[in-house]
Amino acid sequence: MTLSEEELGEELIGARESRAPSRVRIVARRFFGSRQGRVGFAVLVLMFLLAFAGPMLSPWSYTDKDFTAFLQPPSAGHWFGTLQTGADVYAVTLRGMQKSLIVGLLAALVSTALAAVVGAFAGYFPGWPDRVLSWGVDLLLVLPAFLILAIMSPLFGAGKWVLFVIMLALFLWMVTSKIVRGMTISLKRREFIQAARFMGVPPVTIIFRHVIPNLSSLLIVDATLNVSAAILTETSLSYFGFGIQPPDVSFGTLIADGSRTAVYAPWTFWFVAGLLVITVLAVNLIGDSLRDAFDPTSTRPR
Amino acid sequence: MTPVLEVAGLGVSFGPVPAVRGVSFAVRRGEVLGIVGESGSGKSVTSAAIMGLLPPGATVTGSVRLHGRELIGARERDLTALRGRTMSMVFQDPLSALTPVYRVGDQVAEAIRVHQPVSREQAMVRAVDLLDLVGIPNAGQRALAFPHEFSGGMRQRAMIAMAIANDPDVIICDEPTTALDVTIQAQVLEVLKKAQRETGAAIVMITHDLGVVAGFADRVLVMYAGRVVEAGDVDDIYYRMRMPYTAGLLGSIPRIDQGGRPLVPIEGTPPSPVALPPGCPFAPRCPMRIEACVHGEPPLFDVDEGHRAACIRWEDVRPATLGEHPPPAPRPPRGGPVLRVDDLVKEFPLMRGSVFKRRVGTVHAVAGISFDIREGETLGLVGESGCGKTTTLLEILELTRPQRGRIVVLGHDTARLGAAERMAIRRDMQVVFQDPLASLDPRMTVYDLLAEPLRTHAKGDPGRRIGELLALVGLDPSHAARYPQDFSGGQRQRIGIARALALEPRLLVLDEPVSALDVSIQAGVINLLGSLRARLGLSYLFVAHDLAVVRHIADRVAVMYLGRIAEIGDVDAVYGTPMHPYTQALLSAIPLPDPARERSRRRILLEGDLPSPADPPSGCRFRTRCPKFRAELTGEQRVLCVDVEPEIRPLGVDQGAACHYAEKLEVV
Amino acid sequence: MAGFLARRLLNYLVLVVVASSLAYLLAASALDPRSNYADRTPKPPPAVVDAQLTALNLNDRTPLIQRYATWAAGVLHGDFGKSVTGTPVNDDLGRRAGVTARLVLLGLACGSLAGVLLGAYAAVRQYGWFDRLSAGLSFVVLAVPVVVLANTLILFGTWANENVFGRQVFLVSGEYSAGLDTGFWGSVLDRAQHLILPTVSLSLGLIAVFSRYQRNMMLDVLGADYVRTAMAKGLSRRQALIRHALRTALIPVATYFAFTFGTLLIGATFTEKIFGWHGLGEQLINSIFTNDVNTVAAISLLAAIAVLCASLAADLLHAALDPRVRAG
Ligand code: SF4
Ligand code: SF4
Repeated sequence: MTLSEEELGEELIGARESRAPSRVRIVARRFFGSRQGRVGFAVLVLMFLLAFAGPMLSPWSYTDKDFTAFLQPPSAGHWFGTLQTGADVYAVTLRGMQKSLIVGLLAALVSTALAAVVGAFAGYFPGWPDRVLSWGVDLLLVLPAFLILAIMSPLFGAGKWVLFVIMLALFLWMVTSKIVRGMTISLKRREFIQAARFMGVPPVTIIFRHVIPNLSSLLIVDATLNVSAAILTETSLSYFGFGIQPPDVSFGTLIADGSRTAVYAPWTFWFVAGLLVITVLAVNLIGDSLRDAFDPTSTRPR
Repeated sequence: MTPVLEVAGLGVSFGPVPAVRGVSFAVRRGEVLGIVGESGSGKSVTSAAIMGLLPPGATVTGSVRLHGRELIGARERDLTALRGRTMSMVFQDPLSALTPVYRVGDQVAEAIRVHQPVSREQAMVRAVDLLDLVGIPNAGQRALAFPHEFSGGMRQRAMIAMAIANDPDVIICDEPTTALDVTIQAQVLEVLKKAQRETGAAIVMITHDLGVVAGFADRVLVMYAGRVVEAGDVDDIYYRMRMPYTAGLLGSIPRIDQGGRPLVPIEGTPPSPVALPPGCPFAPRCPMRIEACVHGEPPLFDVDEGHRAACIRWEDVRPATLGEHPPPAPRPPRGGPVLRVDDLVKEFPLMRGSVFKRRVGTVHAVAGISFDIREGETLGLVGESGCGKTTTLLEILELTRPQRGRIVVLGHDTARLGAAERMAIRRDMQVVFQDPLASLDPRMTVYDLLAEPLRTHAKGDPGRRIGELLALVGLDPSHAARYPQDFSGGQRQRIGIARALALEPRLLVLDEPVSALDVSIQAGVINLLGSLRARLGLSYLFVAHDLAVVRHIADRVAVMYLGRIAEIGDVDAVYGTPMHPYTQALLSAIPLPDPARERSRRRILLEGDLPSPADPPSGCRFRTRCPKFRAELTGEQRVLCVDVEPEIRPLGVDQGAACHYAEKLEVV
Repeated sequence: MAGFLARRLLNYLVLVVVASSLAYLLAASALDPRSNYADRTPKPPPAVVDAQLTALNLNDRTPLIQRYATWAAGVLHGDFGKSVTGTPVNDDLGRRAGVTARLVLLGLACGSLAGVLLGAYAAVRQYGWFDRLSAGLSFVVLAVPVVVLANTLILFGTWANENVFGRQVFLVSGEYSAGLDTGFWGSVLDRAQHLILPTVSLSLGLIAVFSRYQRNMMLDVLGADYVRTAMAKGLSRRQALIRHALRTALIPVATYFAFTFGTLLIGATFTEKIFGWHGLGEQLINSIFTNDVNTVAAISLLAAIAVLCASLAADLLHAALDPRVRAG
């Protein structure tokens, strides 16, 4: 190879690399071009800031108890009021929010990855791999996730929230994986997959090089929506005491406590509930706008 | 006689993008007007605008008058009353044009009941009559079937029945036969002619196929870039065209009656409506372009009585010289076989229902076919949909042991391949698919696409080879960093070909490689394939449904019908003097872009649809539709057809047919 | 057809068996009935505890396999074993299942019907104010977990009773008022008063989901060729949409129904618990707290059957709506 040819090669590769992010940029432009997407993103960023930087603004930490103020309404000292125990609602709420956000993100990540891999393999390999995997998915669908998580809740003792995240993820992926499987089956019939096959590219490489990247828009949107699903599930489970265990707090545990006192001390319920709804709403808005941004055919006036 | 439908200065734009620019024409009762154009020429938008069925967001200008009544800007209620009654429409894709959840008879009856105050029963009786009229056998019963239980041809007949239900004065047909096979197309065109006779309606026939209108239309409009560029009597357009684009189109069409002639492609691609070139929109592609062409768009000149053309040089335009048939170039001596297929059989379980899935039978997709391809040779495998040609191709590409029979690729029997040998064959045998966009991973750059085979087979650094490959197929190597969607259809197919050539294969399997392309672009790809074969010494297995394309590229041809080969042999022999009744019917069904010959040609019409491959007829598979069996044979002779499945008999130097009573017949 | 159905049912049977066995095994190993005795006063001697647990087939000193075998043998005879208090699990099951079924079916009917209608209308008026409003509202509803929604509804109900009506219009606890003696119509009214808020709590989410889904499906078919054909025949846009588009767009929604059913059951569980309905969901939550292995297993089994019935029903509905999938 002469130098000039090498240069040509490099140039081509260089050009390719400079070109590659353009798709990301297009999607990003479309995403931020939509008001819905901008609002969702801004709100979510705010929520993260609030959850992780917010506690520094308040003199109270979530473990502190103010023995001079039990169940007091919001005031200059306690911005969101206090609980029956004298704990500061603001500090506790942000603490719970941190946990819920982390749980939601992690669970969504794990479950989407699982869905992608299982669904793609089941769809790509008809015959027994498909049958085994699909049967497993059906089984998990038949056993309501909530039930299993509730039964297993005694195992998520204090501090074992990582186990809880994994279990949560384990019950969120089935529907997505069914969709991925269906799309893989139709993708496999598409000619570019056939072309790769007849070129001699090994199946597993095809799955990771062609199948999953071509489902990326679905997967990204789905991961986003899974974040909200995970947060919601976590809330419901923790509400009944099946999720995050004390002394850890989360949206769910706080709402459970708050709902008991909501009638005569509304601040114990509404702040948490409001933040939860706003967070999930923001995530859903992001997911929806992403779906539009990825879909080249959508011509939504913005 | 006053025209039924008059269109004047019709313009349609979607936002700032003009799709149709100033189209004018008029049709009289009983007249057939053909509107011809490639995709994006604005012909379908024109038809939708006339019907008032444009999607929201379109702006329409100009005038459309039906019986002198202005339709543009008319109230929706008035339009609704006219639609389906005074003017009706037949759409392209009969599968998606019928509502899947209602019975066909009900849908036809609905068209009647919308406009006529008749009872449900009366409407149904009339619907059955209409279905009978358009040639649906056993109409009373079939009216109760759902659209998915109809074949494509039957569905299109039902659409026509719906269109003529209220005796309209204008029927607009938007590519009515494009989705159909040629023999079915011939049937449907007959039905349309009959419908016209029955109703006396004017027909506006929109199509991309110059052959279809040649024998059907009285007058023809050629559209390009949203405008009419030539209009005139059908003979004027085909024999005395005054517009280089029309001449170019006619020169680029492969024809079954002209084998040796090299095709003349039109350079470049049609302009995008977003960025029309200045002056004549055809200028960038026009071989006759002069300075003056880019100074303003040429108007339609009256070049003759009723003949108009939009070209400033119309006086100099001559029909593309078809040239002398050069004597067939001496074939290079054939080498050994690169592919041999022996008695190949492929059967699928036939499943019914998607919710209650169960096996109800066996589809005999390929039922024992044999052929071979020698080094440097091209075999065309042709047939209509459902004949098993694609299954055959996939069986060959799978490189596994077939259910029955033998496939020998490059000297290796596929039943006894080790992993390494299979990989080696995957290197030496490559494939090009039909739809270039679908066969290129949309998320990869051209560079990665072309590098994939090289990396898979560890051919070192691909950088340099990719430049070579792109140059080889006539693309700019500097475009390697682009994505497939940045290219036009023809260019994408060139990328597909370049990828197939990356590993310097010996055998190329081509699955309908040009059928997704417009004619003006098709010719370029066909020529490219021809020259690559000569330069690189390739062998082709060319699968196609278009017999004209095959005539241009193949040395030998095999015609398939219902999983069997009906006729096989040298192209000139098979096209010149087909022996099998099916080949004869098939060739005679293909319309020629030549009005005079179309008018004088005898067409062998096949009756009915392809039988189900799950339940093929006994004996000769073609006998249920064979015109010879029905009309010429005596009862005694028929026994043989019913009882004994004919094998291929050699009947010429290189020609064989699977028919007990094969005889030569010229049909083209 | 019969063979196919048989195979399908067999598959379902296997799924139910495996699912409920798994549930039992999980429950038996994760829950700890012995701890129920730990804080009794006076603390019963270990031997007595052992004997009682063994009698209930809950003794963790018995090998799991053996307990499972006993349980499974009982289930095969229609006996779900005994609860921690010693009463047979079967006793209450039927009545509680009825309570849950009433709630779920009503919620489902309201939710899917209203959702489909709203979604279809929003699609026809795409980008109109109704479309935007319904989209916005469903986003908000989808962001509200059932527990928050139910509690909010209770707060709203109590507030409305006090400040708007001045009397008890929305009843937020239980299925009916005990010891009410107002004749037939009185008790119907009473039940309806109890029913409103739980049904709303259950169906709001469904309405949101279904309306979004129906809207998208409807938009997909709005541009379909057959809608154009219908208009070319002379039908007005409205007729074409209702007769041709809506009818076809219902098909995928029917399949979607199966997916939502599991979520619905969970939603019902929360709703029951929060509104104090004595259904299976409430019992499930209670029995987990009381380490009641056999009750948990029994309810899991019923849930599995319900999910499979829903999926079968969705398939049947699909076949009824779509001639293409009917066995022809
Ligand atoms: S006007 Fe010029 S560019 Fe246009 S068709 Fe005529 S010769 Fe060609
Ligand atoms: S064998 Fe008989 S039925 Fe078959 S093609 Fe020949 S004549 Fe026709």
